[in-house]
Amino acid sequence: MYFLRRIILSMPLLLVISMLAFVLVHLAPGGPFDSERKPASPEIERNLQAKYHLDEPILKQYLSYLDGLVHGDLGPSMKYRDHDVNEILASGLPVSLTLGCLAFGFATLGGIVLGFLTARHQGSWMSHAINFVVLLSVCVPGFVVAPILILVFAMRLHWFPVALWGTPWHMVLPAIALGLFFAGKVARILQSGMLEAMQSEFMVAARAKGLGETRLLARHAFRMALLPVVSFSGPMLADLLTGSFVVENIFQIPGIGVFLVNGSLNRDYPVVVGLSLLYAALLIGLNLVVDYLYTLLDPRVSYE
Amino acid sequence: MNNSEPQTREQLAGPTPEAVGQGLRPERGRGPGFRAWQRFKANRPAMFSSIFLLLLLAAVLAWPMILAFSGSAFARSHGPDELSGLQFAAPDAHHWFGTDVLGRDVFSRTLYGARISLLVGVFGAGVSLVIGVLWGALAGYAGGRLDGLLMRTVDVLYSLPSVIFVIVLITTVGERVRQMPWILKSPVLEGWLRIGFLFLGLGAVSWLTMARIVRGQVLSLRTRAFVEASRALGAGGGRILFRHIIPNILGVAITYTALTLPSIILYESFLSYLGLGVQPPMASWGSLISEGVSQINPIRIYWWLIVFPGGALSATLMALNFVGDGLRDAWNVKIR
Repeated sequence: MYFLRRIILSMPLLLVISMLAFVLVHLAPGGPFDSERKPASPEIERNLQAKYHLDEPILKQYLSYLDGLVHGDLGPSMKYRDHDVNEILASGLPVSLTLGCLAFGFATLGGIVLGFLTARHQGSWMSHAINFVVLLSVCVPGFVVAPILILVFAMRLHWFPVALWGTPWHMVLPAIALGLFFAGKVARILQSGMLEAMQSEFMVAARAKGLGETRLLARHAFRMALLPVVSFSGPMLADLLTGSFVVENIFQIPGIGVFLVNGSLNRDYPVVVGLSLLYAALLIGLNLVVDYLYTLLDPRVSYE
Repeated sequence: MNNSEPQTREQLAGPTPEAVGQGLRPERGRGPGFRAWQRFKANRPAMFSSIFLLLLLAAVLAWPMILAFSGSAFARSHGPDELSGLQFAAPDAHHWFGTDVLGRDVFSRTLYGARISLLVGVFGAGVSLVIGVLWGALAGYAGGRLDGLLMRTVDVLYSLPSVIFVIVLITTVGERVRQMPWILKSPVLEGWLRIGFLFLGLGAVSWLTMARIVRGQVLSLRTRAFVEASRALGAGGGRILFRHIIPNILGVAITYTALTLPSIILYESFLSYLGLGVQPPMASWGSLISEGVSQINPIRIYWWLIVFPGGALSATLMALNFVGDGLRDAWNVKIR
């Protein structure tokens, strides 16, 4: 019931976001056709404006946009003349989603392994080494990591392709560059969760009953420490799916991030509004999923 | 009279075990700020990071003067905007960080870029501090329907993808202001205006967590005994707010600002990397890294163009994180 209500509540939210994006984008001076044909005759200009309904009042434009939206049509692109936003999404979204999911897998797996190891071997040289790597991965931004990865693994060692997208080999470096920061975050969260759990009374009780240290960690502390990781993973997945502009830019990957940045620069109104809506919907949806997962993992949590 | 001194839970509980161990005794009249400073001083990574940041700041401020006083030959080969025929020189004793595509000294450009990165970070964090504290304090202090309205707004804004919001904001509203006639006449003003929009936009999306934390603090402070005592003695709303509430949320606010600072610096370099932030001839760490990336080619590797600005950015972010964590521990702030 609670989740049904939240789904219903997210509808007006998306409406507000679409309105905000629509107004903001139209506030900008200049139109999508300014840059290319400066000496165009006024007639051509007017025809273009009329074709995309830019000559109508903004409220009317917004309403007709909404009308298209409920029919699943995000409108035409004004820059990529022969394509509409739906086609752009259809070509770019799978790429961005694949990249995001790979990075997500890398971040959670890597982070959990690192976090577990530091908590298990606390105080050893290995945990110090891992802590240092984790610290680096949290502090070095993705657009620094990515070119360094390219220089080392693609240019120098020739292990991976330098850029572009296609084979699984192309996906390795971008996924690492995108996921490294989050791997560090996950490792930290898991580590602090486990250290906290290890001091709790049920751990003392389990230890007193004679449970082995590894089993103790894996069965009890790990499960407790996983909860904050789950709650972090929702925003993390949203960030990974929506925040890949830079990595897409560096590796020349044809995802939707490129379209959003170019769309904003070129005043490609429908592209910007459509992509903003998509991102917002992703964010809202993922937060819902996380809250739901939480009730499954932790029986103490209830939203009723 | 020290009765009006804001009393925190710690003060009421007496000296902490560590404080006793170090022979420190909270003296009368020494507020929570002094004790936080004692704890911060004991935190070695945080102190080390603070020193690093101060040195960086000193270098950034002193470098233009060094250039000005060291004679024209040095300034001509090392000025951040001085072109030379020496393209892509590898780092050596003369050019410590090498030179870039136009023969400019990368060390000089890294310090020059630090100026804008730090400036945007500090002002952006300032904007988020002001909005967040006012919003949160108002919501927590007023309560009731106003509180509900303010905090629902925060919830809604939370579900917006903030990066996209900033990108759209900067490319649209920023462009509109930039094209006003009196600004178009002056390229200097135009550049600074862009930076102004950068930190306004970044501050405008970074205050949400601050507002939530401050509201929580105010809610719990409002019902504490010393506030009630003050009210019973006849203190008005303004006096309670400024004498009791604000001093006590100061630690939380400072801590969270310090933790916001690196994320704003990161955002700025991210936007500048994409070409949405500062424009040439101005430079920030993000745009320097972007220049380095554009020089990646299979023939020769100009690693210094990426490693040095990237390293400066990463080291600063790391130091700021340590300082933020140190402040958090010193003020004993719990942020989720």
